[in-house]
Amino acid sequence: MELVTPSYGLLFWTGLTFCLLLLVLTKFVWKPILNVVNTRSKAIEDALKEAEKARHEMQQMHAENERILKEARAERDAILKEAKDAGSKMIDDAREKAKSEGAKLLEAAKSAIQSERNAALSEMKAQVATFSVQIAEQLVKESLASESKQQALASKLAEEIKLN
Amino acid sequence: MKISVLRALFVVLVSLFFAPLAVRANEEFSIMHHIQDAHEWHLWGEGHSSASISLPILLVDGGLKCFSSSNFYHGKECVDTLEDGTVQSYLLGVGPAAGYAMLHEKIYRTHHDKLHFHNGHPNNPAPWDFSITKNVLSLFIGAVLLVVLMMVTANFYKRKGAVAPQGIAKFIEPLIVFVRDEVAIPNLPHGKHVKYLGFLTTVFFFILINNLLGMIPIFPGGANLTGNITVTFFLACCTLLITLFSGNKNYWKHIFAAPGVPKALLPIMIPIEIVGIFTKPFALMIRLFANMTAGHIIILALFSIIFLNKSAAWAGLSVPMALFISLLEVLVAFLQAYLFSMLSALFIGAAVEEEHH
Repeated sequence: MELVTPSYGLLFWTGLTFCLLLLVLTKFVWKPILNVVNTRSKAIEDALKEAEKARHEMQQMHAENERILKEARAERDAILKEAKDAGSKMIDDAREKAKSEGAKLLEAAKSAIQSERNAALSEMKAQVATFSVQIAEQLVKESLASESKQQALASKLAEEIKLN
Repeated sequence: MKISVLRALFVVLVSLFFAPLAVRANEEFSIMHHIQDAHEWHLWGEGHSSASISLPILLVDGGLKCFSSSNFYHGKECVDTLEDGTVQSYLLGVGPAAGYAMLHEKIYRTHHDKLHFHNGHPNNPAPWDFSITKNVLSLFIGAVLLVVLMMVTANFYKRKGAVAPQGIAKFIEPLIVFVRDEVAIPNLPHGKHVKYLGFLTTVFFFILINNLLGMIPIFPGGANLTGNITVTFFLACCTLLITLFSGNKNYWKHIFAAPGVPKALLPIMIPIEIVGIFTKPFALMIRLFANMTAGHIIILALFSIIFLNKSAAWAGLSVPMALFISLLEVLVAFLQAYLFSMLSALFIGAAVEEEHH
């Protein structure tokens, strides 16, 4: 029975001690420590958020870099292609021009040759005519040098006419 | 809850097992004596060869009287045989304690240097006894230890600011945060936990440190403070008073006009609810008292095996068993501190809860 009978002496001291503990610990321990814990957990939370934000920004920057790189690459390709096109066009143009120029030159040469040839031909004709007249003169002179020969020719020519 | 029931069963079984041994034990050996309060702190030895620390006795009996308890323990032993044949032995005080006698650690004023018994109880007047008993000293040691531990922790943060805990703070801080996050916040309505956190944390650490001190076999430990009904009575009263004074309209409405209960049933329901107010803290009081006392009894009983059989060989059985129970008691020390604060938070939470629709 003594075991379950409260004693007022111990009750008094327990009450006193407990109340003092409650006051002292609440004021000097629980509140400051929990404040620190709260501050710290908030700081950690903020730091985590900050890190997350930084990570996000990094990712964004990375994506941006990637994009810029891609654009640059595309631009380079475009420039290269353009240069190639321009180059081939230039070559084509030059070839075209050379061809037409050549053709023109050939044409000019051909006409010059033709006119030279015509000139030569006409000169030759004149020469040949002169030669022929001379030859004919000689021949006539020869063939008509004697009476007999004149006779013979006249007969021959008559013969030929008869035959015709 | 379940573990409490299991423990109670275990205590009953162990008690049944040791009951025959206890009968054989003479008055020199008494487990009951060890788990109760005393005006001296017994260290070792028996009878005149015993070593103990005398504690101050404070009596309020027409003025404050203060003297050492050795004035009783080294005083005159008086053995009376009563009319019904029972023998009562008590200590008559000497020196400054003259005029007082101590029977079963209770102090009475003597009449002609004698105690006069009626129906086996002395009918001498008893002075107000505010002595620093074994439990009171243990209480002070626990309180000082607690304040020192906590101040060291608080100072650590004061010096270093909001940094990761080191040293003793590493151990204390998680417990404080545990009380806040696992005891206060889940059981109290949102935002109201801050108001009661001081009480809950103090109760938790008060019970914990005294439970653990009680597990140390020798001075400054070993006093069965949290297994003392007075201490658990006081703590349960605190919870009761906080519950009553925090109770809002909704709480009292549930007691005096429980919603959804027919009017005709109210004469039955109201007394039940009023009894319910008191049974909750009463259960708190008994739970802590019984658990801690049971732990002390089991350990003492297991060690008694050696002495009752008067053979050290029995230590082979008793020491491993006592070791096991001691480890269990360390768990129980934490568990009971948690349970007491958690249930207190639950009861307070029920009293301050707003109406749900």
